[in-house]
Amino acid sequence: MVDAILRADAVSKSFSGVEVLSEVSIALMPGSVHGLVGENGAGKSTLMKIFAGVYRADRGSVWLDGKHIDFGHPLEAMKAGLATVFQEFNLLPDRTVAENIYLGREPQKFGFVNSKKMVADTGAVMAELGIDFISPSSRVSSLSVAEQQIVEIIKALSFDARVISMDEPTAALADHEVQLLQSVIARLKSRGVGILYVSHRLNEVFDICDAVSVLKDGKLVWDGLIEEITQPEMVRLMVGRPIDAFFPPVLEGTTIGQTRLEIFEGGNEFVDSINLSVKSGEIVGIAGLQGAGRTEVVEAIFGAVPFSRGLIHIDGVETSIRNPRQAVKAGIALVTEDRKAQGLALEQSILDNALLTVRGAHPSRTRGARRDAPGVLSSLEVNSTNLGQEIQFLSGGNQQKVVLSKWLLTNPRIVILDEPTRGIDVGAKVAVYTLMRELALKGVAILMVSSELPEVIGMSDRIVVMREGRLQQGLGPQADEAQILTLATGTIALTAEGEKS
Amino acid sequence: MSSTSLVYIALFVVVVIGAILVGAEGRNFFSTGNLRDVFTGMSVLGLVGIGQTLVILSRSLDLSVPYVMSLSSLIAAQTMSSGGASIAVGVVLALLFSAAVGLVNGLVVTKLRVHGFIATLGVGLIIKGYLDTTYKGSAGSVPKEFQFIGSAAIGAVPVSTIGMLALAAAVYFLLTKTRTGHHIYAVGGSAEVSRLSGLRTSSPVIISHVLCSLSAGLAGILLASRLGVGSPTVGTQGGYDLLSIAAVVVGGTLLSGGHGSIWGTIGGVAIFAVLDSVMSAIQFNPFLKDVVRGLVIVVAVAIYSRRSSETKRVRFPEKGK
Repeated sequence: MVDAILRADAVSKSFSGVEVLSEVSIALMPGSVHGLVGENGAGKSTLMKIFAGVYRADRGSVWLDGKHIDFGHPLEAMKAGLATVFQEFNLLPDRTVAENIYLGREPQKFGFVNSKKMVADTGAVMAELGIDFISPSSRVSSLSVAEQQIVEIIKALSFDARVISMDEPTAALADHEVQLLQSVIARLKSRGVGILYVSHRLNEVFDICDAVSVLKDGKLVWDGLIEEITQPEMVRLMVGRPIDAFFPPVLEGTTIGQTRLEIFEGGNEFVDSINLSVKSGEIVGIAGLQGAGRTEVVEAIFGAVPFSRGLIHIDGVETSIRNPRQAVKAGIALVTEDRKAQGLALEQSILDNALLTVRGAHPSRTRGARRDAPGVLSSLEVNSTNLGQEIQFLSGGNQQKVVLSKWLLTNPRIVILDEPTRGIDVGAKVAVYTLMRELALKGVAILMVSSELPEVIGMSDRIVVMREGRLQQGLGPQADEAQILTLATGTIALTAEGEKS
Repeated sequence: MSSTSLVYIALFVVVVIGAILVGAEGRNFFSTGNLRDVFTGMSVLGLVGIGQTLVILSRSLDLSVPYVMSLSSLIAAQTMSSGGASIAVGVVLALLFSAAVGLVNGLVVTKLRVHGFIATLGVGLIIKGYLDTTYKGSAGSVPKEFQFIGSAAIGAVPVSTIGMLALAAAVYFLLTKTRTGHHIYAVGGSAEVSRLSGLRTSSPVIISHVLCSLSAGLAGILLASRLGVGSPTVGTQGGYDLLSIAAVVVGGTLLSGGHGSIWGTIGGVAIFAVLDSVMSAIQFNPFLKDVVRGLVIVVAVAIYSRRSSETKRVRFPEKGK
């Protein structure tokens, strides 16, 4: 029996008192691909970051090649031979492939950088992996996402990595690019490198992994060889989290009325064939994996990156939305995914932030909005001493409530929420949900994008699932997590018995 | 097409149009005398621009260059007033003081984490304050043989311009063939990626600031040679702080760091020198000269920013794109 090259022993990690990893043990064999699967928040990324030296484990130990390791800096992990390819790239777009790979370790001759050797060495590593489509001297910015991903892997290998962990390496790749990556992974395996493979795409996991660990809510719930499990079983293991009781019910008197927002065959460079409608008083949830094009759809509706094809009707009237200003004028509100970068002016006061949109889009209404703002803010229970306080000092939950106030003050007819509860506490979450129900009661049409399946299921009247830039079929409010995951990942359909059909 | 080749195409167009305009006045743009004027105009701005390129590549900025130039011209001229033997001492002293200013700039930017704009503005003002209180006008005098350096020329090309181009070649070598140069690009591109790759992220920034002040010091020495004296206002009069930044930007280097080339800057410097020469030759309204310069800067940056495209992945490519 070969010894594990990387082993985690009862690793636990908490963030501000919440345990995100609880006594997780896994063993990665050399020359094998080990899948790590689980829902959002299951603890996959945290475990990876502990291996990468980004976080330190609270309890438990990690062993690399029989040696106990405890990295304080990502560079230590790389030098020890444990490389991580994160979702966000660590490459300099303006430099060449070779320059990126040897950054800080440029080979020298007589005190000068030996560019020839650098290019030759890079070429040698690539040739070994059968990569002949990337030139070592081309700029990284000229490469496709898949090629950049491969450059990251080559960089990892140039450190003589014996373990490479990859976080969702195919999330942003098209099908043919996925195959490219998989052939590189096959070569790595044959060289005895151990690969930890985090992915949501179960088809891929079954295609390339030798063993797999399933995480749920920070705990290891299954661990074994890939032959010992079927896809439907895996989906069942991943989900089944009890739906939290804090989703408020539909308010009495809420009626689903006329269609407020309707999109016919919407499309642009990022999404295609979008047919979607939201009625007044209705909450429609958009589910899907990271990179499936959910944010791109709401950005297109809001005119941030508009549709270049198709039509948008608002209350039955064809409406052209080429930029966010037109969207706001048409009564659309968008609570963006990235609160700090896209939702708030962090150095400004609560009041200024709340008035931001009204001032910009409806200057004549500013006076009235200024009168209403304190009421709206306090109805959302924004906890702060005074409205002149700079918003950067508020908690995430309170910041999100200010974003919501900003939009409520414009009296929107259509409210779009992109990951509305990301990074906020439970109390604030409930406030957001309650507000959504109240808006529905008033006849507002609501479109919500969320990666939290319980949230999508708990709040939506109707659910649509996105995959690879297109909408899959719609589901009713009774949909379960397994159904959504099946559509989102492109897994084969479940039969009544839950076996492979 | 690279930004640098764009710059030289622009330079070519400017030269052609300029030659036609000058020709219409009955004069020859390509006469030895006129070319020498153009090249002379390039030398001082070129020296400052070379240093400014390094600083901007490392994602900083240097507004103290005009004051360093004035200081350096005074130190050189005053040291040299004792006669021909002190030329070398004067040059070395002027460069030492310049390098010291650069070191302070670099340390304030990296260790005290003050943005380059503010750090060098502050250091520049400190030098200005010293110069204003100590000098009431020009001071010192340089020996005849040293004045020769500023005015000598081989054919149409002044020796000072050859020196400037040699420095540009040396900096090109530094940027492309040494670790320091590679790391200047890396830190300017992303300090975080550089840090995670194990670089000491402050050294490249400090080095580029020292080299920038050194090249400004050289420019000051050159001006002392031309004027025969040192002057506390020689740098500010030329507006070399903003003009050098403009030349760097017109040359295709991004103010956000990590992208650009030294030859682009030299092209930018040449464009400004040609424009100046042509506008003088056709007796263009001097107040409108700055309007033209301003237009060139804005148009250049507008072109570059159109060229830099988003890297978001396209899933459904559209026809005609």
